[in-house]
Amino acid sequence: MDSTIQRDLGLDWPVALYETLKAANVAHMSYVPDAGHTTLINLLNADPEVTTNVLTTEEEGIAIAAGAWLGGLRSVVLMQSSGVGNCINMLSLPAQTRTPLLMLVTMRGEWSEFNPWQVPMGRATQAALEAMGVAVLRSETGGDLIETVQQAAVMAYEADGQIAVLIGQRLLGKKKW
Amino acid sequence: MDRRTAVARLLEGRNGALVVTGLGSPSYDVHACGDRDDNFYLWGAMGGAALTGLGLAQAQPGKRVLVITGDGEMLMAFGALATIAVARPRNLDIVVLDNQHYGETGMQDSHTGKGISLAGVAAACGFERTGTLADLAAVDGLRAELQRPSQGPGLFVLKIAAENLPRSLPPRDATYVKTRFRAHLGLRPC
Repeated sequence: MDSTIQRDLGLDWPVALYETLKAANVAHMSYVPDAGHTTLINLLNADPEVTTNVLTTEEEGIAIAAGAWLGGLRSVVLMQSSGVGNCINMLSLPAQTRTPLLMLVTMRGEWSEFNPWQVPMGRATQAALEAMGVAVLRSETGGDLIETVQQAAVMAYEADGQIAVLIGQRLLGKKKW
Repeated sequence: MDRRTAVARLLEGRNGALVVTGLGSPSYDVHACGDRDDNFYLWGAMGGAALTGLGLAQAQPGKRVLVITGDGEMLMAFGALATIAVARPRNLDIVVLDNQHYGETGMQDSHTGKGISLAGVAAACGFERTGTLADLAAVDGLRAELQRPSQGPGLFVLKIAAENLPRSLPPRDATYVKTRFRAHLGLRPC
């Protein structure tokens, strides 16, 4: 991970995140787009070794990831915090089958948020995940995020964990309106 | 048509396909044909069957994946038809056992009895092959059709009688079902 260490993680964390997922042998990804995930989505979509799926709603990604694991692939699901609420019942699937799940969630509604409609689900994101038994980790800086995702990948794919990493809106920066 | 007979006829041509079943009667119908390591039964996560099948098909491109689910379960994942059409797996077929009712909960009417055609929606989304089948002769034809290679996903609606047959219960221990399914593919537990 030398290349990761040399990056300015305050700025280049999305590229480092891509390298971290590749190093963890993640070969499958599903997403509902979010501005904060743009670079990572583009990098994974452009990677011929990675199968990607654009979703109509976030819970689809939870079931797809479970299916990918059934067939031997490590999958990651990308979404923003508003999508976590859509996932609740589908999280029964990885919980009950004890199937690895890694969710990377960009936060809205918590820092310089212009749109008040983002606030209720942003406030409930962590509680909703924890209510379904998903372990929640959270990062506010690029360096911490990379370290967090490295270890979350171990706990998900090597220890059958269901893990969400919340990427703080403070790291993502203010949305331009 | 009789759902158990239809599923049994279809699975006679299984030929190594991996099978994912939607919660409720479709899981019972597949289990009634014999419990197998390469069956993955859902007992919940309604709306997850076809999508679990998509992930599996993408992870196992050399194997055929057959999802067998109900109309209510598929209706809950309406958007999944768009996602699967865009993903365009060549090795995924979805069979919807359509009794036009929610059989597990008291036979309330579902949308498919009120003009919604799941095969029509799948075709509009861009599924490679679709169909609505009314009798067992058509199911025999589908069994042959599923053996042929396809350039994209398929969705077939089997119009079945609305009745609750004696339950044939698959294991409810989901980690057991998952682990033996993966072992069938040569994959180890953690």
